[in-house]
Amino acid sequence: MNTPLLSVRDLHVNFGTSEGVVQAVRGVSFDIGTGETLAIVGESGSGKSVTASAIMRLNFGADIRVSGSAMFEGKDILSMGEEEIRKMRGSDIAMIFQDPLTALNPFYTVGNQISEAYAIHHPGTSKKELRALALDAIEKVGIPEPVKRIKQYPHEFSGGMRQRIVIAMALINQPKLLIADEPTTALDVTVQAQILELIGSMQEDYGTAVILITHDLGVVAEVTERVLVMYAGRMVEKASVVDAFGSPTHPYTRGLLNSVKSLDSASHSRLEPIPGIPPSLIDLPSGCPFHERCRYAESLNGKCATEVPELKAVGNSWSACHLPIEVLATPIKESL
Amino acid sequence: MLYFVARRSIFAIILLFVVSIFTFWIFSALPADPAALTCGKNCRPEVIEANRARLGYDKPWIEQYGGYMKGIFVGRTYGEDAAAIHCSAPSLGYSYDRHECVSSLVAKTFPVTASIAFGAFVLWMFLGITLGTWAALRRGKWPDHLATSLSVVGISFPSFFLGLLSVLIFVIWTKLLPFPQYVGITENPIKWFSSLILPWCVLAVLSASTYIRMTRNGILEVMNEEFVRLGIAKGLSRKKLIVKYVLRAALTPIATIAGIDFAFLLGGALVTESVFNLPGLGKLTLAAVTNSDLPILVATTLVAAVFIVVANAIVDIMYGFLDPRVRTK
Repeated sequence: MNTPLLSVRDLHVNFGTSEGVVQAVRGVSFDIGTGETLAIVGESGSGKSVTASAIMRLNFGADIRVSGSAMFEGKDILSMGEEEIRKMRGSDIAMIFQDPLTALNPFYTVGNQISEAYAIHHPGTSKKELRALALDAIEKVGIPEPVKRIKQYPHEFSGGMRQRIVIAMALINQPKLLIADEPTTALDVTVQAQILELIGSMQEDYGTAVILITHDLGVVAEVTERVLVMYAGRMVEKASVVDAFGSPTHPYTRGLLNSVKSLDSASHSRLEPIPGIPPSLIDLPSGCPFHERCRYAESLNGKCATEVPELKAVGNSWSACHLPIEVLATPIKESL
Repeated sequence: MLYFVARRSIFAIILLFVVSIFTFWIFSALPADPAALTCGKNCRPEVIEANRARLGYDKPWIEQYGGYMKGIFVGRTYGEDAAAIHCSAPSLGYSYDRHECVSSLVAKTFPVTASIAFGAFVLWMFLGITLGTWAALRRGKWPDHLATSLSVVGISFPSFFLGLLSVLIFVIWTKLLPFPQYVGITENPIKWFSSLILPWCVLAVLSASTYIRMTRNGILEVMNEEFVRLGIAKGLSRKKLIVKYVLRAALTPIATIAGIDFAFLLGGALVTESVFNLPGLGKLTLAAVTNSDLPILVATTLVAAVFIVVANAIVDIMYGFLDPRVRTK
């Protein structure tokens, strides 16, 4: 097996706040190879966005501690110098943000901002060349009338169009890895599909690997191959999309799927929300982070409240749960 | 954009008209009789009535207003006999108290005020923006604490106290500077400078305090914006990020406030001019208040109002250039 493009090991991120230490990410590990797609799924506060920012070294602030490693092409991003990481940002690793309405600089034309993304990493490029590149990029992401649009400011575009511009900016340097942090959350449903399709086709053209951060399971099913489910800063399940959706093992993943209405099972199944709320990241429960909301926790005689479950293989998936493997592997309908 | 400029200018003209009519009405509604103030305490009624007719105070106020406005554009002559007084355009009335046309009084005092305002403005903008930026970029460290405590100290001192204190230190104790005595810039630029350096500093310290805070908070706010994060994610260097992304966004709103503050100062720095004995618009106004010299008060009020209204219009138009979001509305 080839060495993966990005290999994250035992990533921890803590923020010091006035109320205490926020343990946002606790021991996340994953690999992603060239051209692959990985989805990181979880509720808000599960640590998925912080994980993404940590890979770009975008979390800063006086009181932040990051540990672990993130090997990108053999070099650890987390221990790189400021200048080294700066050169990587936007060229090797690009990022798309959640809200395209606020992600673009309101003071400059979109043409300026797109060509800037190229110029930063290719100093000395002529103005004419930059303009041609920006026109090309804006056309590739499907914005009509590029010659006219390039001179306009972000506020003159709709949300979907702005997200296309952010994508054009991210892909102008043909990055090896694209981190998309909830790229469709702020958009209309019809636009969501278009944006996902666009990311997909760009991925095919350039062989870019994509880490897709989302809480939308529909998006995951549509575009990715592998899923990493996070809860309260921990990985709870790692699986292929087929396994994660077809035979979810972890009680939390099962709960997530049951709280989404799917069309084919609509006639008689009811939505089953997960009871309770996610724990506070400052005052985390002992043992399994999910035990307070888990319907199986009682059956294990308090083990869940004291011992942290490690990821263990369950068929083709990896699951962090104390339940016996046979129970975890039991098809979802019978166990519920 | 042209439409925006035109519309804003027309609005400014209408506003000026409303402000002038309102000012005029307030002063004419005052219980003080401007005609009675034209001669001393033991004045004969005939003289008062003659002066009243000569200055036009016998007519209804709206007619007086018409005469006043006409005078601004074509000049005005008071009386018809040999003793008639002529004030050429733009005439802002005649001060019986000083035996001088108000417009020439304003013309004499305005350069002083403009000198004070301009120097103070340059100084406070420089101090405010550099210290504010420094504080924001070193947030939570000693430069931040220093700049914010300086601004608290600066804002807590009233200008007369700071003015007198600076005179005491620099003029009386250390004798580093001569006592401020205004000299025109065309006469002697060096003396002009040395006579104004203390008032500039006093005014600048007061305003800079506000601008340090505004700059610091503005920058910190912009730093949290998503587009700044995207700028970092694009690989922008820190220097370019600060200048192109952060300062541009943080200083745009400050530029507009600065324009208004400057215009306000052009209307006369009453306290500072008095402390340093500078013959500017503020001192002229203060003297007019003491002597109930209504024509001067009307004129200085109008002049100050014109500055504010014009500055507002300029600032609005400038904002259109600075912020593309305003431009295309």
